[in-house]
Order: sequence, then C-alpha cells, then structure tokens
Amino acid sequence: MRAIRIMVLAVGLALMVGSASAQTGPLAVNDAWARATPGKSTTGAAYVTIESPAADRLVAASTPVAQKAELHTMSMSGMVMKMRPIADVDLPAGQKVILAPGGMHIMLIGLKKPLTAGQSFPLTLTFAKAGTRTVEVAVEKIGAEGPAPAAAH
Amino acid sequence: MDGGDISGGVAQRPSPLRPRSHLVLAAALLAGFAILGTGAFVALDLHDNPRGAAGTLLGSAIGGPFKLVDQNGRTVTNTDLEGNWLLVYFGYTHCPDACPTALNNIALALDDLGAEKKEVRPVFITIDPERDTSPALKDYVAAFGAPILALTGNNAAIAQAAAEYRVYYQKHPEAGGDYSMDHTSIIYVMDPKGRFTASFTGEDPPEEIAARLRKLLG
Repeated sequence: MRAIRIMVLAVGLALMVGSASAQTGPLAVNDAWARATPGKSTTGAAYVTIESPAADRLVAASTPVAQKAELHTMSMSGMVMKMRPIADVDLPAGQKVILAPGGMHIMLIGLKKPLTAGQSFPLTLTFAKAGTRTVEVAVEKIGAEGPAPAAAH
Repeated sequence: MDGGDISGGVAQRPSPLRPRSHLVLAAALLAGFAILGTGAFVALDLHDNPRGAAGTLLGSAIGGPFKLVDQNGRTVTNTDLEGNWLLVYFGYTHCPDACPTALNNIALALDDLGAEKKEVRPVFITIDPERDTSPALKDYVAAFGAPILALTGNNAAIAQAAAEYRVYYQKHPEAGGDYSMDHTSIIYVMDPKGRFTASFTGEDPPEEIAARLRKLLG
C-alpha cells in the first residue's frame, strides 16, 4: 500500500511539474527570413527570432536547400569583418534572441540553387532542450535589413 | 561639414571629413599600418588632428596603381578609371552578410543620386581570387542593379591592390575544407584624379552616402 501511495504522489508531482512548464508556453521561432542571394553565389544567411520560456541553446540547423547550415557570428573589429562558426546560440529564459545582419546568422553553405526574393524554404532548428522546430524562411530582397512587415510581429 | 571643395585637391585643403569618418579612417590606417609594420601612432595622430596634414597624408596614403581583370575578362588599370568618381569596396562573393549590405547600400545610394550617378562608378575588388573568377563576379554584381565594375586578378595583383588601399584580408579555414575571409570593410571614395577623398562604412545608410556624394560632386 505504501509503495502505491508513493507512486501516486510521484505521478502527481510529475503532472504538476509538467503542467507548470506548459503554462509558460513553448519555445517560439518567429520572423524567419533570408536575403536573396546574388548571382550563382552558393552561400547565404538566414535569420530568426527565438524566444524560449526556459533557458536553452540553439545547437544546430539544417535545410534541404543547402548542403550545410552552420551557426555563425559576424563581427567588426577595427573595420575588419570576421565571420566565425559558433557552437551554439545561448537562449536566456524569456528573452528574445534576434539573429540579424551584422551579428549572428545561420550560414547556408552549398546552396543547391540561388535564394530568390518572394520564395521560401524550410529550416529545421535543433535546441538542446526543446527538441527541433521547423520554420518556413521567407526570402527577402538582396539588401533587406529585416523580415517583410507582414511577417514581423 | 564642408564637402564642396574637396575635388580641388585633397592635399592642399582642409579635410571635409566628418568625425565619424575620421574614426573609420583611423581604423583603416591602423589596419593598413599593421600590415606594413609602420606603426599605428600615425593613425592616432590623424585622429587628433583631423585637418591640414591629415588630409595630405590620407589623400596620398590610400589608393595607387593596380592592374586587374574585370567581370568580362578585360584588363583594367587605375588610370583607365580616372575621370570618374569611384566607390571602391573590397570583399568576396561567398560573404553572406557584410558584402551584400555594402554593395546594396552603394546601389541604393546611386539610385538616390539620380542623374548625377553617371559620374560615379562603384568598384568591387575581390580579396578571394581563388573562388572569385570573372564569370563568378559577373553573376554576383549583376544582382545588385547598379553598374558595378568587379575586379579580380592573380594573388599578387590582388595583394598589391589591397596593400595600396590599406585593406587587410586573411583566409580563415573552416571544417570540411571551406573557408571564410576576414577583410577590411570600408567604402573608399576616390576623386576623378584617383585621389582618396572620403570613406563610408558598409552599413552607412544609402541616403547618407548619397547626400555626401552629392556635396563632393557639386
């Protein structure tokens, strides 16, 4: 009997924990966009806005339109542009993390065809805790600085 | 800001550069002198004394002779381009962020200039000649909707052009045999006599670039 009571308690606790995390909502990926790529360029960059209710990390990305998708950061030091792969993108609890030109991006390497404005493509993001999310990335003009207003929140 | 008289001679006149431009230039010179091993103190001195001698040194410190090949396979030298105002930017086609931003801002600035844009020639010089052949450059610059002259060359010719413009570049190998290029990201304004006149960052808004060019051209 005692064992059963403990089991019931444990299940009850597990349910409470489950519902507590559900109340804060799931990790959200919004404003997924990319710039159209010039000519036959085989590299591109995709940008997203991520908000996670619990601390998490973006650890990988993939898309059928490119051979590889890597997490990169672009920085300027003394007017020298440097681009470096990064292992992950830190997602503090409840904070919006925006990937945007001039900062972090998802580098698309080995594009199978150019990204054309007006089109879209799927992008799958893998998180350390929240699993994967697949979003549709809207392709904007070559020099776009952000997602089209219709896609913005 | 007084930008109207610069075409009369960079060497003799007070510098018309904005304070922000000086920071850019100081940074450019820092990068350049780091390459040449000449010492960064000169750049710091320029930052403190933005007029007079600064104009002399800046005017002659950036730019110089080059012999490169354009996107149509034709040989182009610096003297071929004299008579036009030039907007010179060094970059590479596999650059997903900084280079498209800069070239697009140049294209939009020229649109903003209207009829006067005929006097201005954007020049994109690759610092990745290994991948950026003439055909690759042709496709790339055509996408920006501006008459951009794209130049490549052998490693020595690119190294010479970059050194003259105090442009730093360095290959950064990545996993799987790929690489990216670290590079100075500055738009240089050269006057019709090939003299360095002003500079922009790649992120400067097109309307600011256009407004500044309008004063220089006027």
